[in-house]
Amino acid sequence: MRQTFAIGIGGAAGQGVATPGDIFAKIFSRRGLHLNAYNAYQSIIRGGHTFLTIRAGPERVTNMGDRVDLLIPLNQDAMNRHLGLLTEGAACIYNADAIKPGSTAESVQLCPLPVSKLADITRNKVAQNTLALGSGLSMMGIGFQALESVLAEQFKKKGEAVVSENVGIARAGYDYATANFKPFPRPLPMTENRYAVLSGNVAMAMGGAAAGVKFYCAYPMSPSTGVLHWMAAHARKAGIMVRQVEDEIGVVNMAIGAAHAGVRSMCATSGGGFALMSEGLGMSAMMETPVVVINCQRAGPSTGVPTKTEQGDLWQVLGAAFGDYPRVIAAPLDIGDCFKVIPEIFNIADRFQCPGIVLCDLLLSEGRLSVDPKDLDFNPVIDRGELITTASSPSGANGNGAYMRYKITESGISPRAIPGVPGHTHTAATDEHDEDGVLISDEFTNPTKRRAMMEKRMRKVTGIEAAVPPPALWGPRNADVTLIGWGSTKGVIEEACEILSEQGISANQLQIRWLVPLHGEVILDILKDARHTIIVENNYSGQFARYLRSETSYVPRGYIRKYDGEPFMPHHIVESVKEQLGGKSQLSVPAHEIMV
Amino acid sequence: MATVLADPKHLAMADLKGKVDPDWCPGCGDFGVLAAVQKALVELQIPNHTVVTISGIGCSSNFPGYINTYGMHTLHGRALAVATGVKLANHDLTVLVTGGDGDGFGIGGNHFVHTMRRNVDLLYIVMDNQIYGLTTGQTSPTSSIGMKTKSMPFGNIEAPVNPISLALAAGATFVARGFSGEQKHLTQLIKQGIQHKGFSFLDVFSPCVTYNFDNTYQWFRPRLKKLEDDPAYDPANWVAAMEKSLLWGEEIPIGKFFERTDVPTLHGAEPVLNAGPLVHKDTQIPPEVTRAFIEELM
Repeated sequence: MRQTFAIGIGGAAGQGVATPGDIFAKIFSRRGLHLNAYNAYQSIIRGGHTFLTIRAGPERVTNMGDRVDLLIPLNQDAMNRHLGLLTEGAACIYNADAIKPGSTAESVQLCPLPVSKLADITRNKVAQNTLALGSGLSMMGIGFQALESVLAEQFKKKGEAVVSENVGIARAGYDYATANFKPFPRPLPMTENRYAVLSGNVAMAMGGAAAGVKFYCAYPMSPSTGVLHWMAAHARKAGIMVRQVEDEIGVVNMAIGAAHAGVRSMCATSGGGFALMSEGLGMSAMMETPVVVINCQRAGPSTGVPTKTEQGDLWQVLGAAFGDYPRVIAAPLDIGDCFKVIPEIFNIADRFQCPGIVLCDLLLSEGRLSVDPKDLDFNPVIDRGELITTASSPSGANGNGAYMRYKITESGISPRAIPGVPGHTHTAATDEHDEDGVLISDEFTNPTKRRAMMEKRMRKVTGIEAAVPPPALWGPRNADVTLIGWGSTKGVIEEACEILSEQGISANQLQIRWLVPLHGEVILDILKDARHTIIVENNYSGQFARYLRSETSYVPRGYIRKYDGEPFMPHHIVESVKEQLGGKSQLSVPAHEIMV
Repeated sequence: MATVLADPKHLAMADLKGKVDPDWCPGCGDFGVLAAVQKALVELQIPNHTVVTISGIGCSSNFPGYINTYGMHTLHGRALAVATGVKLANHDLTVLVTGGDGDGFGIGGNHFVHTMRRNVDLLYIVMDNQIYGLTTGQTSPTSSIGMKTKSMPFGNIEAPVNPISLALAAGATFVARGFSGEQKHLTQLIKQGIQHKGFSFLDVFSPCVTYNFDNTYQWFRPRLKKLEDDPAYDPANWVAAMEKSLLWGEEIPIGKFFERTDVPTLHGAEPVLNAGPLVHKDTQIPPEVTRAFIEELM
């Protein structure tokens, strides 16, 4: 089992949960540790309850895990909600002036801090947070210097006095813990590695910059807004035009306009905004103007639970916009993959002149992960496809007015001239049109031509299938159980497989990254020898299970689903698998024990 | 918005002829608008490959197919959003947006307001016939109270939008009204609209001879009064323009209501575009910049 250490910080929004979280994350990553952070929060600016879990370790940390080693409740509510979930060897650091502990297992260490004795709380309103930071690091066996330098950076802008005040408070917490509390038995090691820590939203924004995106626009919508924020803050340095638009209909149309004029163009939203964009996706397909749209799923339907995660939009993106048209849909597997998938999907969208959809979710969008900076590659392969940018372009035009924008070709791909190129004027229409762009929807309707144009566009599907790699099975062959997931559940399923193996149940994993094209034949081939297959997904109806069945007729032995707004934890999957292997159930819906 | 003449070839009316002839009803006001746009481009000698004509959906939105420039025939109501994207990706292009009153003031009303306040540098021509034509005659956002249509057979009871007042209120920096039956006057307004640096709004009375029997050529002619004929009228005066925009009935003004030139265009206000159009930029970001992006996360 991998060695990890998890800290849980709980409190009301506005109480400063984020700052100690950021500081812990920075200290861990600078010690060469991997980390994964997930913030369970509510749609409220001040008040409510938020619970941040930061889990670190010397090996890859793929999910929030099952266990909190150190709990820091910033108010009584957080203490009441989480203390009872602590297990053997865990500790709880709290402000003894304001918070009363409840009952707990005997092996859990309670660490009361006499906050008003250790710091001047009239001067420093978040003194309890800083004291807890210092205490926690002391108990983890991490030298004070690490904290001192991060605090100096954190408060540098506020001046020397603020830095020394905070360092002083942290020192008091550190020394108090050294004298009064029992240290954790297995301190986390240091490694020589250095990691970047980022959210999926930042990763997708940076992936866009790496892909050569020059136009980004959005309407704010949780949990996608982080993409807009990174883009807006870095636009001028990256040379990207970033606009906030009046609604998501405007967003997708503006993005397609920019794409049509020749730049790579991207936008992000969540399910509600995506619904407004769907007519625009049809336009991208019909005009054959590539655009990439990110949908960061949250719990639906309708406004749903804006701050909670779900994989409930699969059928929305599969069916977005009316009519048949080629599209590609990718579901990134983790936060590092959020970066990598963007240049990949742009290359496919550009080559095949069709919309590309990235189906992300809150878990990745707003979670944070340590990523090797080498994996943030700003020089990816860029393939703009058959794009005509100068009059002398050899691809299909002779400059005398005979250019045919929608020329019927074997691949279905017609060389695309951008406005401004002499000799290639044409009209791109959302109405059905002939090879030269003339409408065949009104006066010149023609069944033969309509059929030819449908077939031309749909022929691109064959090329897309060849360009997108099929999925592969991870883990041992001939396993007792095969777990099938898609997108963001990769990390938690991976850990569940490890735990099952340790308990004597061999498990392997088939994780789907490209939803369209699905490569159904390859999936059937992989699953034909599987002994017991279970599809794991974060929604009510088994949207992927239904999709897989519709594409391949494949029916698994069982299902594990969760639709309470919170992500899977490894034990949810482990216990469900054992229940199903024991023949007790075919559908498991594990309960989320943490009330957030 | 005029683009420097890159192609020495002289642009003639014949160069601007589309691949097919318009399928508008004989007598439709839109013919006059098409001819006036072509004439304006010839008079300004703007190379046709540097012009993008963008429309939504409706009779008048078939416009891009009838003129030989780059064209986009987009979704119902969305032309201005698409056009904003085109202009921001390549601000060297001359962008013309054409459409009808239903497309622009009904389904596209939201984009209409926001594109004006952004001062996107383009000319938006609305062929306003106060009726839905392509769907065979329903009430439009500019239909008069009392007008009987298939969707309101007992007469319209909703007050119409006043496009000129709305444009003035939303911050359009060039606001004008023309009449399809006044070719020379309309051509001059189109030329001014193209040359204006910023959002130019041109509402054109373009009678529907098939479905609107109230607002006909004959109805308009005696009522229309050119603002240019009044030497005291000052189009720099926003309040006066607003007052004029309210006139309707026996006297209806046409001409340039308002123009101001001191507001930066959207593409002019964004430093990212200072070095030239996005479409000509390198896809790659300099390595020292991307290193700094990663460093922030360490």
